[in-house]
Amino acid sequence: MPDFLNVDAINVAHGDIQALWDVSLEVGQGEIVALIGPNGAGKTTLMRAIAGLHPLKSGTVLLRDKALHALPAHRIVEQGVIMVPEGRRLFGGLTVMDNLELGAYSKRAREVRANTLELVFELFPLLAERRTQRANTMSGGQQQMLAVGRALMGVPKLLMLDEPSLGLGPLVVENIFETVRQMNQQGVTIFLVEQNARQALELAHRAYILEQGRIVGTGLGDELLRDDRVQQAYLGICPAPEE
Amino acid sequence: MQSFMQTLVFGIFAGAIYGIAAMGLALVFGVLKILNIAHGELVMLGGYVGFWAFSTLGWDPFLSLIIVIPAIFIVGLILDRIVYRHIVRQLGEEKIKNSLLVSFGLGLVLQNLAQALFTGDERSVQVSYAGEGLNIYGVLLPWTRLATLGIVLIVTLALHFFLRKTYPGKAILATAEDYESAELAGINIGRVYMMTFALGAALAAIAGQFVTFTYSLAPSIGMTWTLKAMIVIVLAGTGSILGALPAGLLLGVVEAMAGAYLAQTYKEVAGLVIFLFVLIVRPQGLFVRK
Ligand SMILES: Nc1ncnc2c1ncn2[C@@H]1O[C@H](COP(=O)(O)OP(=O)(O)OP(=O)(O)O)[C@@H](O)[C@H]1O
Ligand SMILES: [Mg+2]
Repeated sequence: MPDFLNVDAINVAHGDIQALWDVSLEVGQGEIVALIGPNGAGKTTLMRAIAGLHPLKSGTVLLRDKALHALPAHRIVEQGVIMVPEGRRLFGGLTVMDNLELGAYSKRAREVRANTLELVFELFPLLAERRTQRANTMSGGQQQMLAVGRALMGVPKLLMLDEPSLGLGPLVVENIFETVRQMNQQGVTIFLVEQNARQALELAHRAYILEQGRIVGTGLGDELLRDDRVQQAYLGICPAPEE
Repeated sequence: MQSFMQTLVFGIFAGAIYGIAAMGLALVFGVLKILNIAHGELVMLGGYVGFWAFSTLGWDPFLSLIIVIPAIFIVGLILDRIVYRHIVRQLGEEKIKNSLLVSFGLGLVLQNLAQALFTGDERSVQVSYAGEGLNIYGVLLPWTRLATLGIVLIVTLALHFFLRKTYPGKAILATAEDYESAELAGINIGRVYMMTFALGAALAAIAGQFVTFTYSLAPSIGMTWTLKAMIVIVLAGTGSILGALPAGLLLGVVEAMAGAYLAQTYKEVAGLVIFLFVLIVRPQGLFVRK
């Protein structure tokens, strides 16, 4: 069984309101794992908790043997767990180049910065062309590329993406998903949250379903694609009418 | 009556000190998102370090900057660790309320401490070249004031370079824009906050050193300087750090003009009037991009 990222029985609350209930999941090294679920299910909360942006009430998050839940967010980044947040959250007033450089702020990433930058520019040539442009003057699709590029500058072992397709046209989404697949082939483990369940399940090896703060299902990507309940709830396929 | 040009020039000189004092407050406000009411007390403490260097070591006030700046930088580091660090991590309304209350209280503490250590007597630094300077067509430009303006310009440019061109500087700007994204980039934002606060304190201290030979020093001057700096950052536009310099110069000139052409008593009022005017007409400030 996967033994890379282990989330074990975590409980997380926003103030008095509990958002995650005993959530457990695993991501194996080299896998692409997707998390799907309706609006407000707690997907973002789960990712933020793993990234160290949100404290746990209880439970553990382990990367191999390392207890991530005991570390502040920037130390989790140092461990190679890097998140592309929902809504991109770039440093809008800074240039494309500044954003990329800052993505490599951790010591581990800084040492190989020049090489990583070449790699990112190969993946997204557009970013190289626009390196002196301010981030907030780019289009949504370009900003998402920069957000992914910035995360890659951190040299992820585990790359977490929170709804990377949000608000983007189909071509850009295709490009982003293709990049994710490429990164995975180069050995980066992927944990992906998506509204766009069909594409996520097609891309992912395995997936979890989160509803109202609880994991309610899990399976292989193509298994879930054929699952009646998943088809109804997430893929917009109505069951065949009964006679 | 002094000439218009002379009034303008003295306004600019006064404004340079406002500018550097406000730049420290703007930096802390822009990055830590707290309004440090005790900022003026850091100006005051910087002044006392400078006064001490003058009275016991006999140092020239411009030379003493080399101890004033690191001394108050360290005070800033300590205050961040024992006080501000706890407030910065709070969220929303809590943070604003607590930052105001705590920094107001800290200001009082520092003021009383200064009172106990240095007494309430007014102090000032007199340099031998105090009255000397350039005389250009009847407009007097004292050396002390020229040097003050020069240092303010150099410090502003250096800060600009540091924030825009260096890695730690960019980390500060990134944290100011989105502290969570900064954390996700691997930046230790607790450290960024600490260094930024200390930097803001050092800027206050530079202003304090200028106060010692331009005006006079007493434990109670802090609140005045906090107020001046607050007016300047509203003029500049909250979020604009380097905009504090032009805004400071503007306040200096407006005050000087009001003092000369209305009445000396209107000097302070004039500053408040443009403060309110800007708040109503252009609340985003005068010197913000975009
Ligand atoms: N900062 C917050 N304060 C209070 N409640 C919050 C906060 N963030 C999220 N919540 C609540 O926690 C629950 C889970 O939210 P979360 O954003 O994790 O869901 P999500 O699955 O990512 O939804 P979406 O698909 O809309 O992104 C929701 O009920 C939401 O209202
Ligand atoms: Mg979400």
